[in-house]
Amino acid sequence: MTYAIEVRNVHREFKQSGGIVRLRRPVRAVDGVTFSLPAGDVLGVVGESGCGKSTLARLIMGLLPLTSGEILVDGRSLTGMDRRERARLIQPVFQDPFSSLNPRHRIRDIVGLPLASQGDMPKARQVDRVMEMLARVGISSEMAERMPGQLSGGQRQRVAIARALVLHPRIVVCDEPTSALDVSVQAQILNLLTELRRELGLTYLFISHNLAVVEHIATEVAVMYLGRIVEQAPAQELFRTPAHPYTRALLSSVLTPDPALGIPDVGLGDAYPDPTNVPPGCRFHPRCPSAFAECAVTMPDNIRKDGRLVECLLATTS
Amino acid sequence: MSSVGIAQALPGRRRFPAFRRLATLLGVVIVGTALLVAIFAPYLTPHDPFAQDLNLRLIPPVWMEGGQPTHLLGTDQIGRDYLSRLIYGTRISMLIGVLAVITSGLIGITLGIVGGFYGGRTDDFVMFLITCRLSIPLILVALTVVALVGSSLAVVILTLGLLLWDRFAVVARTTAMQVRNLDYIAAAQAAGASRVHILVREVLPNIANHLVVVATLEMALAILLEAALSFLGLGVPPPLPSWGLMIAEAKEYMFFSPWVIMTPGVVLFVLVLGVNLLGDGLRDMLGADLER
Repeated sequence: MTYAIEVRNVHREFKQSGGIVRLRRPVRAVDGVTFSLPAGDVLGVVGESGCGKSTLARLIMGLLPLTSGEILVDGRSLTGMDRRERARLIQPVFQDPFSSLNPRHRIRDIVGLPLASQGDMPKARQVDRVMEMLARVGISSEMAERMPGQLSGGQRQRVAIARALVLHPRIVVCDEPTSALDVSVQAQILNLLTELRRELGLTYLFISHNLAVVEHIATEVAVMYLGRIVEQAPAQELFRTPAHPYTRALLSSVLTPDPALGIPDVGLGDAYPDPTNVPPGCRFHPRCPSAFAECAVTMPDNIRKDGRLVECLLATTS
Repeated sequence: MSSVGIAQALPGRRRFPAFRRLATLLGVVIVGTALLVAIFAPYLTPHDPFAQDLNLRLIPPVWMEGGQPTHLLGTDQIGRDYLSRLIYGTRISMLIGVLAVITSGLIGITLGIVGGFYGGRTDDFVMFLITCRLSIPLILVALTVVALVGSSLAVVILTLGLLLWDRFAVVARTTAMQVRNLDYIAAAQAAGASRVHILVREVLPNIANHLVVVATLEMALAILLEAALSFLGLGVPPPLPSWGLMIAEAKEYMFFSPWVIMTPGVVLFVLVLGVNLLGDGLRDMLGADLER
């Protein structure tokens, strides 16, 4: 079976520029991520801030070089691929539509940039494609002549989606596409993304810290912790029966509408994970409520069971 | 960050105090007039600026005792009409100001954008060039160049153009560094855009407002430097009517005919003031637009 996207043991380190005397350790932002996704699926990637999910997104978009590993789209490696060819396969939708659209360009030029960069399409057909795509995301043709400053946040995000889809890519990497928007607009954008996926047969990589949003849109969910995927499962199963202690903590951190309950205690303590200093053994053990002695020594393997992946010693023993 | 963006986008144009708008208007009028005078100089001059008449030496301006209505601003030490020479001097000042800024702008903006956008080794190299440039004494280099190749208008323009790019480079570099991490740059990269497209069409338009302000500052500086170089005899060669040269030629007569040195001095002051006022106005206007 060929997957729409295959990520094989991808690593990314950042060197830190420290003082003269004190040499600082590199940040292992993405530390051995492997997953594959069939065409038409939506993989939701969740995790707390700093867990490496945005770095993973940028690696897949080709905005950062890999330290090691390989990313394949449609069976072809992205390493060393021509920028135009990569653009035809993968397109991004960013978090903040106020910074993802160049304030000095008109909407139709922004959406037309991927087409213009390909450099093999007559100008008239480019305009047609742009207008068609804008209509599809619900932007009228007179808005195409405007500047981004004249559009609302929701409209801007629609424009960003039109730009991502104008080349009909295989993969769309959405890096928190709704978290900068008003709640009333979030649902519209999510529904638009779902609709477009069905119509155009797209595959999404959907990065978010908002579990409700991921539950709504994803077919498969990967939970990241300190640069690794610690649990991956079909969305419904993951939300119904979380296997990894970290996933359980994440799910219990969701706020309830009842203010009397306050902020939930997820039992993780207040230690913050440090990607420059990954603990030995299981990387989650210092914060894990169900950790035992061996967790500090042995690094757990990926346990695959019934289409799920769990990286926890508890899953091995049970 | 987005909420800040919305808040700043909402009130529309920022309001400026009346006197600042007046100052900007004054700058526009002065620079506009100077430009028109420079372009239409042959039609505006009452006399040939090079024609000498030793019978009519050092005639005072028309409002002073002994002034003649045919020479509104009087004549210089060899009888050339002062108004005509001032008008042609505008031409030289504006030509040097504009061409030196274009030359230095091309050099400085290219270096600055490339250094600021790519960072790392490239940026180190650009910073090294800027440091080298800042350690070069302007007048000394101009002196050497003139001694080697002789003085002419083209030499002055090139010397100033090749020496005044440092502020363009510094400003382009810092602003390009601020822009390079924004998502629309990443989006253009993901769209498959070429490096040239990203630098010229994505980065440059978003830092252009800062560069326009630098351009006005550099233009004022270039005009002043040309006058200084010409005063020292290193600039525009006589008999071309440069304001600096007029001041230099007049300095021996200034005790008995002070207006021969005051007239080009006042005109030089007014033009540089006008360019600076225009620059301040542009900064205020474009600054409000910048945050969007």
